[in-house]
Amino acid sequence: MQTRELVAALAAVVPAQRILFEEQDIAPYECDGLTMYKTKPQVVVLPETREEVCHVLRTCKDLVVPVVARGAGTGLSGGALPHAEGVLLVMTKFNRILDVDADARTARVEPGVRNLAISEAVSHLNLYYAPDPSSQIACSIGGNIAENSGGVHCLKYGLTVHNVLSLTVALDDGSIITVGSDALDSAGYDLLALTIGSEGLLAVVLEITVRLLPKPEEMRVVMAAFDDVTKAGDSVGGIIAAGIIPAGLEMMDGPAVAAVEDFVKAGYPLDAEALLLCEVDGTREEVAEELSRVESILKDSGATMLRVATTEEDRLLFWKGRKSAFPAVGRISPDYYCMDGTIPRKHLSLVLRRMREMSERYGLRCANVFHAGDGNLHPLILFDANDPDEVKRAEEFGAEILELSVEVGGTITGEHGVGIEKINEMCVQFSSDELTQFHSIKAAFDPTGILNPGKAVPTLQRCAEFGKMHIHHGRMPHPELERF
Amino acid sequence: MSQLVEDLCRRLAAKERVAVVGGNTKSFLGGQLLDEPVSMLEHSGIVNYEPTELVLTAKSGTSLRDIESCLKDARQMLPFEPPQFGAETTIGGVMASGLSGPRRIHLGSARDCVLGVRLINGLGQHLKFGGEVMKNVAGYDLSRLSVGAYGTLGVLTEVSVKVLPIPDKERTQVVECSQAEAMETLTRFGSRPYPISAAAWVEGALSIRLSGAGSGVDSAAASIGGETRADTDQFWDSLRDLNHVQFDQENKWLWRVSVAPTTPSDAIDSFGFDWGGGLRWVKTDPEDFSLFQLAESLGGHATCFARERKSGTGMQPLEPGILRLNQRVKEAMDPFGLINRGRLLEGYH
Repeated sequence: MQTRELVAALAAVVPAQRILFEEQDIAPYECDGLTMYKTKPQVVVLPETREEVCHVLRTCKDLVVPVVARGAGTGLSGGALPHAEGVLLVMTKFNRILDVDADARTARVEPGVRNLAISEAVSHLNLYYAPDPSSQIACSIGGNIAENSGGVHCLKYGLTVHNVLSLTVALDDGSIITVGSDALDSAGYDLLALTIGSEGLLAVVLEITVRLLPKPEEMRVVMAAFDDVTKAGDSVGGIIAAGIIPAGLEMMDGPAVAAVEDFVKAGYPLDAEALLLCEVDGTREEVAEELSRVESILKDSGATMLRVATTEEDRLLFWKGRKSAFPAVGRISPDYYCMDGTIPRKHLSLVLRRMREMSERYGLRCANVFHAGDGNLHPLILFDANDPDEVKRAEEFGAEILELSVEVGGTITGEHGVGIEKINEMCVQFSSDELTQFHSIKAAFDPTGILNPGKAVPTLQRCAEFGKMHIHHGRMPHPELERF
Repeated sequence: MSQLVEDLCRRLAAKERVAVVGGNTKSFLGGQLLDEPVSMLEHSGIVNYEPTELVLTAKSGTSLRDIESCLKDARQMLPFEPPQFGAETTIGGVMASGLSGPRRIHLGSARDCVLGVRLINGLGQHLKFGGEVMKNVAGYDLSRLSVGAYGTLGVLTEVSVKVLPIPDKERTQVVECSQAEAMETLTRFGSRPYPISAAAWVEGALSIRLSGAGSGVDSAAASIGGETRADTDQFWDSLRDLNHVQFDQENKWLWRVSVAPTTPSDAIDSFGFDWGGGLRWVKTDPEDFSLFQLAESLGGHATCFARERKSGTGMQPLEPGILRLNQRVKEAMDPFGLINRGRLLEGYH
């Protein structure tokens, strides 16, 4: 398809100034938060109305042109990586909060609204939107739907799928449907759950109704240092065995603590092998009761240092350290590669030990940030993108971590999505029959395959090739992609 | 793989029609199965349970009672408080129907708590989706899709569910009031951080269950007011299992209407509600389909719970766009329409 023809067809409904195709205009869209992969789209469209979105979809279906929807572009798996022969549908102009129902505790929002903006808009009602990915200041709720994003509070408050009541979406043919409702369940199959986390392969989100929660009366966080990661891991099991579900339960290893403390000065002890942040929330009485139990469990587990944030400033500072872990690591290394495996928590020390071995073998440093409550690991592999060999080693190191996650009974992605990044590892986690089932589901929604093709679910051919490479040439994913 | 699972795989691969049930305690829901059902009861047993991981995995024919008693020994529970309409209720049936009890408004629904499933699709392939970890976004969420599908998307053979600690303390406050007053009270309480784990209005009184740390429950109870129920467990169990005296059917018939919890009380002529107003119970003739129109106009859906319904599925008809997608999803999972014919999508197998 010639760019000129495609642009002309799109311009029948979308105003020309919101269709970009000149090199300098489309360059800012060549990647999302996973900057290792870059592709320039053929055309970028910035729709402002539903009619424009539906026109783009109908046009692209007619012309069999790929459509990749993009929110704020903060995704870490390359889910919004453009297609070189496709349209990048940038949803940022859908940025209105349409309605807040204080009595029902719901908000109707457009997909380009930032995650944190929802909580800010309802704060005066003493409400908030619970899922809080670390990128919440920038990431869009539409992107959260695509990835089923989590955050540091999801052990207690759930993922995106647990906090969304309904979605209005545009299908591949430009028709619009609503899945879910304001009721707590819906008739027919649970298309809402199916759509959430489908990485833009099934539909384009136009509107979202989210559930809001009353702000807890009180939140207290305790910081505990350990001289051994196993002890820290055991303390997490101890807290849960005691019947306590903390609002947040986060762990960092020594290298992550050092990077963060240098950056944020959160008062983290630099000699710790592992640092745990445990937050409890609820009514004043509940918090006081749970906090004292958590403190005694942490002491019994061998914490070398224990500090409870006594002021709200302290509490926010403790969290700021954790939430700044990625940029902090970014300061000590030219580049970092963030992984996202989830493991059964009992295997934590085994997995950390194996990762240290890998770190030595690949000659790359690794800092670990860990949603300890739910087993979601974020190893950050430090490398230099200007060194092609380091890039290759970083990717191989990452792939080996994901395969280890599957080996111990976990998954290759807890909250960042498969995107383009983990597509080969999908061949490790799922059988051919399971992948084929995914493709059938995709075809049920999008028989032409125009929505975000090549992401999330690998073709069987790709797995076969990956398997061969796996054996004969080590692990070099995506040989067809251009490298730096 | 058990003999039963092998047989089902073989039969489906040979394009034989298959109908499956668990303990068959919910046969009154949905349409009549068109084929002679096979019971999954013999495919039972807890496969994995580690309390500190907050996950339990069981074969689909495992009885709910066995699972709950095993959880109770570790002071844990299924968060969504599934109803038990008979002793033979199985975990597979619980997930296939997707029903949740009073605690749904606090800790989520059956679909919210499912982490993974194994199922046999319509091609006779035994597949695994999701897993045993809380966070898992690899592949489409076919685990949650299969909850509430009445087995029509595949034969469930194994499920993994999130479990949670039993609260330290539970206490129920009850206040006599009209339905409208009850809803007004709940709206007022909704923006406060009370640890409310259930809220229902029956027999002209609003009952609010508080769960959590002892001191927090007691202080919330003090500010909510009303009397403390002496029979808190029995009361909520009877609502959950529809044994409460108010569900006595006589000549009228039971319908469940699911709507936004803030839907005004005068919009539906209900004799009681659960889920803080989200679940309205109505008694009317099972052949009286006007409730479907009413539920649709309110943005919700109705389900006939009458045990002697004569025809149809008793399920809310789907609007055309949603019906088409439901049919396509069914075709994707069971392309030859072999599994549980008649149960769910009316006029479409």
